[in-house]
Amino acid sequence: MPLDTSYTDQPFHRVGQRVNRPDGLDKVTGRAKYGADMNAAGQLVGKILRSPHAHAEIKKIDTSKAEKLPGVKAVVTAADFPDLTGGDRGMLDILENCMARGRALYDGHAVAAVAAVDEATARQALKLIKVQYKKLPHVTDVDEAMKPKAPVVQDWIRTRGVNPAPTAASNVHQRSEFGHGDLDAGFAEADVIVEKSYKTEQTHQGYIEPHACLATLGPDGVGDLWVTTQGHFTFRNVCASLLGLDVAKLKVTSSEIGGGFGGKTHVWMEPVALQLSRKANRPVKLVLSREETFRATGPTSSTSMDIKIGATKDGRITAASAELRYQCGAFPGIWGMLGAMTAWACYDLKNVKAVGYDVLCNRPKVAAYRAPSAPMAAFGVESTMDLLAAELGMDALELRIKNAAKEGTRASYGPVYGPIGIGPTLDAVKNHPHMKKRLGKNQGRGVACGFWFNFGGQTCTDLNVSVDGTVNLTVGTVDVGGSRASLALIAAEELGIPYEQVRVQVGDTASLGHNDTTEGSRGTFSSGMATIFAARNAIAVLRERAAMMLDVPVDQVVWEDGAARATGKKNSNLPQLTLKEIAGKSPTTGGPIAGHNEVVADGAGVSFASHICDVEVDPDTGATKILRYTVVQDAGKAIHPDYVEGQFQGGAAQGIGWALNEEYIYGADGKLQNPGFLDYRIPVCSDLPFIDTEILEIPNPNHPYGVRGVGETSIVPPLAAIGNAVSNAVGVRMTHVPMSPPRILAALDGAKD
Amino acid sequence: MKVELSGILRGAARGASFVELEGQTIKALMEDLLRQYPDMAGPMDEGIAVAINGEIFRDGWQQSIPKDAEIYLLPRLQGG
Repeated sequence: MPLDTSYTDQPFHRVGQRVNRPDGLDKVTGRAKYGADMNAAGQLVGKILRSPHAHAEIKKIDTSKAEKLPGVKAVVTAADFPDLTGGDRGMLDILENCMARGRALYDGHAVAAVAAVDEATARQALKLIKVQYKKLPHVTDVDEAMKPKAPVVQDWIRTRGVNPAPTAASNVHQRSEFGHGDLDAGFAEADVIVEKSYKTEQTHQGYIEPHACLATLGPDGVGDLWVTTQGHFTFRNVCASLLGLDVAKLKVTSSEIGGGFGGKTHVWMEPVALQLSRKANRPVKLVLSREETFRATGPTSSTSMDIKIGATKDGRITAASAELRYQCGAFPGIWGMLGAMTAWACYDLKNVKAVGYDVLCNRPKVAAYRAPSAPMAAFGVESTMDLLAAELGMDALELRIKNAAKEGTRASYGPVYGPIGIGPTLDAVKNHPHMKKRLGKNQGRGVACGFWFNFGGQTCTDLNVSVDGTVNLTVGTVDVGGSRASLALIAAEELGIPYEQVRVQVGDTASLGHNDTTEGSRGTFSSGMATIFAARNAIAVLRERAAMMLDVPVDQVVWEDGAARATGKKNSNLPQLTLKEIAGKSPTTGGPIAGHNEVVADGAGVSFASHICDVEVDPDTGATKILRYTVVQDAGKAIHPDYVEGQFQGGAAQGIGWALNEEYIYGADGKLQNPGFLDYRIPVCSDLPFIDTEILEIPNPNHPYGVRGVGETSIVPPLAAIGNAVSNAVGVRMTHVPMSPPRILAALDGAKD
Repeated sequence: MKVELSGILRGAARGASFVELEGQTIKALMEDLLRQYPDMAGPMDEGIAVAINGEIFRDGWQQSIPKDAEIYLLPRLQGG
């Protein structure tokens, strides 16, 4: 029987407070343990040898000299990773990405690995491994990769979603189409039609902590993995499956995480560390360098797209279409599909079509990056919305308000919306003081909207009451954005005890039932839901114990503000029993007091945001300064407003970097030219203004507290908001992200011609 | 009941934009889908999300389906 997760509009006494973060002290004192901070007796250093070629056949690997080097305890190649996937192509792709199987598919693809007694020996061993390559033609640009004569990255790919099904291999993994209505009729009805093409370059999530793990796996198939990850249960399942282990015999513990943003939802090198450990029969610590993190762990897609919108003179959109081409690295993905699903989601459209293509290139496997694929599609759509407004002689914000989706709108990806927040975010933007600020010379303002789905998933929590009345809450979602504070607030709210009385920890995979990866903005939504029900289960036990202590039937005991109280006139002389008093007596009233819950948290509620950005562009250098930035987003219910604002600000900051500077640059040889933070420039404090936020609370009907996920949507509008601001500042439409100084100068020069 | 299909799922239903299925829960709906359209096995392995009156359910197959609900099948999503 599913739990009733309906929104109840209850009053809150603790939720909504800006309490201190529980992990703050550990993090500022250096006590927090991240992926590389764990050690084991006798541990070895793992190192990976990577392909220097964008695409090459691996003719031969000779590891004999490396194996003979004193101090080397294990060497692995693809031969050490037999295919145990039973025909599961998706799992085989993960395995092949961890270790090349016959062909190196991108610059940085792993081809061998060693475990040695120290770093110097491991590095020396890598140099002794001789790989004989035969270079193959490569392709790194998404449009080039779609051409009929492009080098084929994976020869087993047959494009899905086209009729008739192709018989020949290509780089187009799938074509996904979404929409409804009659596009031709809609465009025929339009008074004005605007079309534009756009490109966005590949970016990395840029988490400061690189991938790192400590793996221990014995010949008995029993192992431990300490790892920086967003999903230790998923990592356990994937590693066990790839290495032929019993799932329960591999215990995975998630470390503190120094940023993930989607990039740590995927297994990249952990099976390699485990296999080295099994072969050496010693623990192996594997820490990727920044260069490796750029070259071989998943960035987001580079894209190319064509957007077309038609509207009547009064600004009513009659038809909208998008063709979105997303590069997904050397393995199939669903990134173009997600772009197509999200592209038009902000608007109420009778005639709409979005086609997404997922295209393989000789680049690292693409991974999720905060609302994956939505920012690029929003850049194309929201830039074209501004162009349309200009053609119509209409205010761009008014055009958005006029066409915004609302409850009852059929979403461009299919279903009809329930209560949603795009209209309120646009209204809040319209009324925000930011919009009234006057702009100066070379300055411009941009507004853009964004959408993301959000989702929940399998979730399991344990709540244990200690004998002194303090509470341990164990959850299986990784704290990527402050969820421990939010979940402690929720437990405190339900139990009626102070926030400080609750300690939350992320349990390892042996402590709890399966928890899905912390993605889709689900941490506080789904573990919050499970915490509510676990606490309520604990309260049921507390009431039973109180009934025993008071010697009254349990149905005469209610739980109010942290204490049990017997109801009815004849019980009016009985004392209230606090949680602490009941817990203190627990050894003699039935033993430990605990609450548990497992839930599939669904109905996460979609999320919308609207952003305002002011910029100043130096016409001589092309440099852009962000003068002011405002995020307005629907949070459903902000459990801990500081963290919600932090998510809004973080998404905006990453979006600013993406919009203005960040870019994977490949040479003609297919090699990544800038795999480091000196040449791949993320924004630092001095690049950013204080990012203002406004939290809207439109309750999610499917969560008891009304919570919606907040972690991803905030990265969707920035590319477009900044694109519109820069375009307004320089008087030239910017169509290529990042809008780096050379691109802005080129656009200005182009406009002069 | 009428169940709408989106994107890549239409190919597995012989190009249909919607199918007629029976079931009072998502589980029953999925079983009927597979019975009528065996090619759905592939997309189902990769994951299908079900939108009931606009709310998206990825895993909760016990979810009951109200009478006259709008049902939309979507590919399973990934997030960051």
